[in-house]
Amino acid sequence: MSTSTASDADISGVLANRVREATARRTPLRIVGGDTKRFYGRQVDGEALNVAAHRGVMSYDPSELVITARAGTPVLEIVALLAGHGQMLAFEPPVFGAASTIGGVVAAGLAGPRRPFAGAVRDFVLGVTVLDGRGDALRLGGTVFKNVAGFDGFRLMAGAHGCLGVLLDVSLRVSPKPVAEQSVTVAEDWPASRTRLGGLMGRQTPLSAAMHDGKLLHLRFSGSNAGVERAVLDCGGQSNTAIDWEDARDFMLPIFTRERLWRLSIPHARPMPDLGGERVIDWAGSQLWLSTDASATEVRTACARVGGHATLFRGAQPGEEVFTPLAPPLLALHKRIKAAFDPAGVFNPGRMYEGL
Amino acid sequence: MLDHFDPAIDPVFKAHNRSALIQRLAAVLPHDGLVTSVEGMRVYESDGLAAYRGLAGVVALPRTTAQVVDVLKVCSAAGVPVVARGAGTGLSGGALPYPDCVLLSLSRFDKILAIDAEARTATVQPGVRNLAISEAVAHLGLFYAPDPSSQLACSIGGNVAENAGGVHCLKYGLTVHNLQSMEVVTIDGEVLRLGGEALDAPGFDLMALMTGSEGLLGVVTEVTVKLLPLPEHARVLLIAFADLRHAGEAVAAIIAGGIIPAGLEMMDRPALRAAEAHVHAGYPVDAAAILLCEIDGAPGEIEDGLRRVSDICAKAGATEIRLAGDEAERLLFWAGRKGAFPAMGRLAPDYYCIDGTIPRRRLPDVLEEIERLADVHALKVANVFHAGDGNLHPLILYDASVEGEMDRAEALGGAILELCVAVGGTITGEHGVGREKINQMCSQFTTPEIALFSGIKAAFDPAGLLNPGKAIPTLARCAEYGAMHVHGGKRAFEHLDRF
Repeated sequence: MSTSTASDADISGVLANRVREATARRTPLRIVGGDTKRFYGRQVDGEALNVAAHRGVMSYDPSELVITARAGTPVLEIVALLAGHGQMLAFEPPVFGAASTIGGVVAAGLAGPRRPFAGAVRDFVLGVTVLDGRGDALRLGGTVFKNVAGFDGFRLMAGAHGCLGVLLDVSLRVSPKPVAEQSVTVAEDWPASRTRLGGLMGRQTPLSAAMHDGKLLHLRFSGSNAGVERAVLDCGGQSNTAIDWEDARDFMLPIFTRERLWRLSIPHARPMPDLGGERVIDWAGSQLWLSTDASATEVRTACARVGGHATLFRGAQPGEEVFTPLAPPLLALHKRIKAAFDPAGVFNPGRMYEGL
Repeated sequence: MLDHFDPAIDPVFKAHNRSALIQRLAAVLPHDGLVTSVEGMRVYESDGLAAYRGLAGVVALPRTTAQVVDVLKVCSAAGVPVVARGAGTGLSGGALPYPDCVLLSLSRFDKILAIDAEARTATVQPGVRNLAISEAVAHLGLFYAPDPSSQLACSIGGNVAENAGGVHCLKYGLTVHNLQSMEVVTIDGEVLRLGGEALDAPGFDLMALMTGSEGLLGVVTEVTVKLLPLPEHARVLLIAFADLRHAGEAVAAIIAGGIIPAGLEMMDRPALRAAEAHVHAGYPVDAAAILLCEIDGAPGEIEDGLRRVSDICAKAGATEIRLAGDEAERLLFWAGRKGAFPAMGRLAPDYYCIDGTIPRRRLPDVLEEIERLADVHALKVANVFHAGDGNLHPLILYDASVEGEMDRAEALGGAILELCVAVGGTITGEHGVGREKINQMCSQFTTPEIALFSGIKAAFDPAGLLNPGKAIPTLARCAEYGAMHVHGGKRAFEHLDRF
């Protein structure tokens, strides 16, 4: 269907020329969408390559469950368009500001409260068009859910922080919005919540968010009327709105204002690392937001001990690692893969790791 | 036929001394870990695409990751190609031996290593059968969701290599969506752990890249899969249509209506008649097409879903809507669908299964065009497929004993795949490119895209030893294949809208 607006523009030719020049001169580029996630990742020293003007929804047919949009399209525009047709991005992308673009959402690979129940960004990327270091626009994947032709380079783009290429457009699988949604708050400590969540997730329930703020467990159920009603009853809690899930998604809770903030990704079934400080447990125990005085080494060691990893989400000092360092053979492989896309190493060099 | 590897347009390797290679492999494998006789290697000469055959140089049967590491180091040092093989049920010739290769069978990696009920994961060796995982965890109220029709026999390692789908992936996802972590050995013998115990891992998502890479990037030696809670109940509707077009429109309307069925399958008249004769599922044999639509979940949700699907199908012109009365009838309805491939034996001595995916809204057009193409090639086609996700399985019926029929079937298959690409789809939804669709890769991807795939391959396997001649064509092949398929500057399917 046609969904064009006056601000739609295709500047892929301009972007391709900039990339070719940069590769010829070996000039690093800092790829910028809405620039709302500049704080995230290591510092990139490079010329800004602004993608935000490359915008507009290219195709959207609700019966296909897929939307294709240029990378600079504001994510809020897409969310609103989908909502108008009773659909949504099930990975619930955090939105850091109105300027936030869909390309930035895919590149950062961040997902909101629904992640453990619906899937990650990469689970919903069906295809991308990406500029490689030669300035060639490559179409990887497509617009259909089942597609096993060629390597899944499109899934690789989710969370690659622009280190592999410049996203021109993305095709995302969309989902029907649930008919009913209710939230429940239960006053209990984390160990009690953990047991409760183990029970809830061991059977088919319409659970779509589970966050513990230190005192209260906040649950959200989404699905059919009958399913949600039953889940709320089973829970014994009271349906209420003690938490704004959009705030939780968009990092508007108090903990997200801390200057130095860790994101711990940990297996929900293992003991949670105790590093003191202030914490919020999201994703039913799989994601921990932590503000602590513990050193980076202490945090990373504690995570590794339980099979997880830690990201210094906000507040890294210059030169400090943001993402958990990779074992040398794995880092070497990352560099070779990057070189296949970006032979001159011009795309966001160092954003994830030194030398990548 | 494509089981012939062409040195001009396929990868080439320098000759090696077979007996020296066998000696070096024997030194790192158990006493029963090598098959060197021609009779013994016949077992491995083809996979589920039985029309393609070739003999390996030697078959290696390691039991441990350490032995896989040693075998790959030996092959790497000698520059010998390696073709990894799971259960051999693949339908695209992905496990077809490359001449004189080492065929690496993972069949002895057949142990379920750990089941973690709390984490809802199972850690298994790659040779474990798909269905065996669900059977082993059923008592915990859990299952492993991807269910390719070969699930009784196919192995999880092969599922990872192909990113296998199945009837239920519309709701529960493909293999890639149901993996937690994997152990992979690279061609130089490095053991990598991809993914992890948490929901994500640092760095690029190499587990996603490895999934569906058809044995070109590494050898999977251990897999941890995610397990899901079993649905409380499932009900299935059988919906008949007098017009194929109405059936296609009903599929699009169900999805547009916000319903995600657990399964949504279509069979056309030739397919449903053959299946009915084979299984006696009670299918209406005078229908032009039937849909099987399964809704699962809690009781209240199911009733709601069934009512909405029934309403949509009635509006789309369904001639009959039948709800399976009990579990036995539900399984019978599915038995017809699952038995549809073997039932083709009633229609023709041989069939050739095609595997393209198209945007759902193009279903009616594409089904009509397939019928026209079949007439042009003087062959019959039966359609059985995953309608909900637009994944077609046209079954081309032929008789290999009739001179030229196999070639016509191959040509018709190629034309159908190019049709799928022309309407905005893909040449393979779940069976993989393998050897079979190596030429059609040149239709779907441009030269720079193929070059990127080769670059990714080289990042893992610089000498190109892992499964050569499969999945990613050489640029030389595309040059030749492209030249063959441009007729007077005209593109195929000019009468159809392109996307």
